[in-house]
Parts: sequence; structure tokens; C-alpha cells
Amino acid sequence: MPHRLLRFGLSRKHPEPRMFTRHENLKPAYDVVIIGAGGHGLACAYYLARDHGIRNVAVLERGYLGGGNTGRNTTIIRSNYLTPEGVKFYDESVRLWQDLAVDFDLNLFYSTRGHFTLAHTDSAMRTMRWRAEVNKHFGVRSEAVDAAFVKRAIPMMDMQCAGHAPIVGALFHEPGAIARHDAVAWGYGRGADRRGVEIHQQCEVTGIRTRGGRVEGVDTTRGPIATQRVLCAVAGFTPRLLDMVGLHTPISIHPLQAMVSEPLKPWLDPIIVSGSLHVYVSQTARGELVMGASLDPYELHSTRSTLEFAEGLASHMIDLFPFLGEVKVNRQWAGLADMTPDFAPIMGTTPLEGFFLDAGWGTWGFKAMPVCGKTMSHTVATGRNHALIEGFAIDRFEHYRLTGEKGAASVGH
Amino acid sequence: MKILVCPLNGPRPVSEFAYGGEVRPGPDPDTCSDAEWSAHVFNRSGVPAIKYEWWCHLASGFWFIAERDTLRDAVIATHPAEMGRRPLPPRGAP
Ligand SMILES: Cc1cc2nc3c(=O)[nH]c(=O)nc-3n(C[C@H](O)[C@H](O)[C@H](O)COP(=O)(O)OP(=O)(O)OC[C@H]3O[C@@H](n4cnc5c(N)ncnc54)[C@H](O)[C@@H]3O)c2cc1C
Repeated sequence: MPHRLLRFGLSRKHPEPRMFTRHENLKPAYDVVIIGAGGHGLACAYYLARDHGIRNVAVLERGYLGGGNTGRNTTIIRSNYLTPEGVKFYDESVRLWQDLAVDFDLNLFYSTRGHFTLAHTDSAMRTMRWRAEVNKHFGVRSEAVDAAFVKRAIPMMDMQCAGHAPIVGALFHEPGAIARHDAVAWGYGRGADRRGVEIHQQCEVTGIRTRGGRVEGVDTTRGPIATQRVLCAVAGFTPRLLDMVGLHTPISIHPLQAMVSEPLKPWLDPIIVSGSLHVYVSQTARGELVMGASLDPYELHSTRSTLEFAEGLASHMIDLFPFLGEVKVNRQWAGLADMTPDFAPIMGTTPLEGFFLDAGWGTWGFKAMPVCGKTMSHTVATGRNHALIEGFAIDRFEHYRLTGEKGAASVGH
Repeated sequence: MKILVCPLNGPRPVSEFAYGGEVRPGPDPDTCSDAEWSAHVFNRSGVPAIKYEWWCHLASGFWFIAERDTLRDAVIATHPAEMGRRPLPPRGAP
């Protein structure tokens, strides 16, 4: 090795930069314990430390940081939802995304692309108009557009979809974007870490201690911790955590699979979703096509991939873009989606005092990380649900007050 | 391809079947409380376990019960509905 390089490498002036501090031991007590170091848990930790001055916080992760759905998602960010509760909430998230990279001092590869939800039938077009009107009412930029507009924007798409599902129009949502998923978790994690939050990886929560209807602590594979406040942000593991405290919800777990192609020259700028063909696709900065489809059809707690999924997705992709028949698939994987019957999350306080929930994020929770961190940190700090999450409370089912988001969430993510 | 053994039609690819959720005995609607009823309507046992589930062979419209490990996706047994775990009438299906 050249002498100059060695001197540089050994110099104390240039220590190897580490993203996070390693903590050998858990403290006996924390003000707040966050279960799950995905984007949701880390975002809450970040805003607790930054905005609420609560820094004696531990984030506990059974695997590795960002290794859950955060590191497996297809990164679509949008706010063109259907319900007023949803539109306001996701719009706030899109707003928060805009200066996140500057906040973190980290490139999130946030890229505004425009988002097309294709309509292949008149009834689908009707839903697009409905969504466009709700969106515009809340100041969100969405328009119902006709087939000619779609053709101009995506000239390489087969507008007939091989003849069996001609495209009649679309919902066009200009702010639709994609971002680097890992970087979001790292940014929130590093920001929290620098403000004194401890992130403990390979530390699984195995039990939650309660007394008289309130939280007293958690048991982990590395010993017990005393705490009065616990946030549960574990996505696909939510039912298992809720089982520890005897809470019941409608959440059931289904795998959601995705795959990417080999890298290609940039040719696809917008994000394309087709509800009828059950597919969506975008092209990353690296040139790969990120592709996804609908949920696996039955409950399963496993991240296995299936050939059926790859075949179904590939055949619909070829309907949209016949030339992709020449392109290879590079990787396929799955995450565990925590699904609710109304396709809205379950957030906020619970009947167990000191136990807070940020779950039911199913196939659509990546875009919501910033606003979830903001609203959940407020909720944990004050003990009261933030106004923006009132439509997502755990007791809405008991009162048959669902927040029906299926028309905007079931394939589009 | 995953194969499911239909009690009526024998081994068939899983794509020929629809999943109908867990077999769940319900409370008596005439005597239960509102809270018990809404809990039955919405709440599910989401934890992984060996569960009794409704499945339908779509081509023949035949509903039956499968005993399946939802952690490993292993089907342990399938039964015609009347031989299941004293199951509900198919009213509980979707
Ligand atoms: C294939 C796929 C595509 C998706 N596409 C999109 C998309 O395009 N746009 C979008 O907005 N959303 C999308 N989503 C949804 C999104 O990924 C999730 O909603 C989001 O990542 C959830 O983040 P989280 O931090 O809550 O969960 P996770 O990232 O899953 O983090 C939860 C963490 O909790 C840990 N944990 C679990 N149990 C314990 C325990 N007992 N003790 C300690 N730690 C524990 C897990 O190991 C995990 O790391 C997609 C999801 C999938 C699977």
C-alpha cells in the first residue's frame, strides 16, 4: 500500500465514520421504549428527541435496522387517497419529505416523478374522478386525464394492453415520488442516535410487563427494562406483540412480494399503477425497474417468494410494455404486510395505558414515515392522540366507524 | 407450484382455490353484547398458529376446511366441512 494512503488511513484526523453508536449494554430503565427499528420506530425516536426533548429512549430491534418492510418496500410516495382523513395525513407527509434530506444531511434520492393510476374501464374512471375531486378539495394536485394525455406522457406503453384491457384514462398525481428506502431509516436512525437515543439491534422484545392496566416495562432477549411508555411499531409482527398484552385488532398478516429487473437506460420517468392488471412499476436512479402486484391471497407469516407471483406480475408487465419480454428479472423478495379491513392504519393510544400503537401499515406505510414520526412522537410525549390521527384510532371498529381507503390503497401502495 | 388436496377433487394447484378465513365460532347474536358482536365482526387472531380455515375449490364451488400452519404454510389436513372441528354452517364464509 502506498505510504501516503497508509498515513491517511491510520491518522486520527480521519476516523472511520460510523452511522450509529454501538451500545454494549441496555440501561435498566428508559423514558420511552420503541419496539421495531424500521422507519416508523426510528422516525418517532427522531422527533421525540428533536421536537420534544425526550432523549432517554431505546429503540429495540430483533433483527437489523431497516431489515423489515422498510428495506423491502417499493418506495412509492403519494397523497392521492380517497378519504379526507387519508388525504390530509399523506399530504402532510409529502410536505415533510421535501426537506428531509437537508434535515438528515443525507441523500435520500427523493425523486418526484408524477404518478399515473391507469383506468381500463368506465367504472375505474369514475373512481379516478372521485379521488381527483377529493384531492383538489384538500389542495392536493391530482387530475383525471384522458387516454391521449397518458399516451403523450408514456409513449412506450401499449395503450391497448395487448387488446384485452385498453386504457381509457388515468388519475395523474404530479407530486408522486420515489426515494431510497434504506437511507430514510439510516437518516432517522443517525439523527436519533446523535441526539442521544440508543438503538439496540439483535434485541427482541419477548414480553411486556403491566400492572393495573398500565405498562411497567418490557422483557427482552438481553434482559428486562423498566419503562412507562412503549411504542409498538413492528408491522408484520404486530399481532404477536398485541398477543403479549391481550389486545385484539382486525390486523392479519399477508406476504407482499416484489421484484426488480436488471438495470436499463432511463426510459420510464413516471410511476405507473394499474389496479385492473394488479401491477405497478417505476424505474430507479440505478435503472432497475421496481415492480409489484397485489398481496398474497392468504394469511402467512413467511417471507418466501413464489413462482406464481413472478409469472403473474411478468405477464401483466408485458401487457403494458411488450418489449420487457427481453429483460431479465434480477431479484424477488417479500415482506409481511399487516392488513386492516378498511386499508387505513391503527395508530395512537390503546386501552392499555402507556402502550402506543403505530401499525396496520400494510402495503402503504413507507410514504407515511415522516408524518407518523411527527404524530406518534406528539402522542407518546403528551399521552393524547394527535389531531391528524383521530380517524385511525383502535376503537373505530367497535363503533363501526371505518376509514374506507381501499379504493385508493389496495394495489397502488 | 403449491398443491392443496381438495376433499372432493383431490390434489389441485393452489391457484384453483379461494381462502375464506379462519373457522370462528360466533357469539349468539340475540344474546351477546354490542362489543362482543363488533369484536366478532372485525377482530382476528393474527398470530401464527395451526389454524382451521375455510377454503373453496373455485371450479367446483366446494367449500371445505383445511388445517394449516400459518407460520410455515404447511397444510396438515383437509376435511369436508361436516367433518371439521364441529364447524359453522358456511354462513361464516366471505
Ligand atoms: C413488497 C412491499 C412493497 C411495499 N411498497 C410500498 C410502497 O411503494 N409505498 C409505501 O408507502 N409503502 C409500501 N410498503 C409498505 C411499507 O413497506 C411498510 O408499511 C413500512 O415499511 C412499515 O414500516 P415499519 O417501520 O412500521 O415496519 P418494519 O420496517 O417492518 O419494521 C418493524 C421492525 O420491527 C422488528 N420487530 C418485530 N418484532 C419485534 C420484537 N418482538 N422485538 C424487537 N423488534 C421487533 C422487525 O424486525 C422490523 O425490523 C410495501 C411493503 C412491502 C412488503
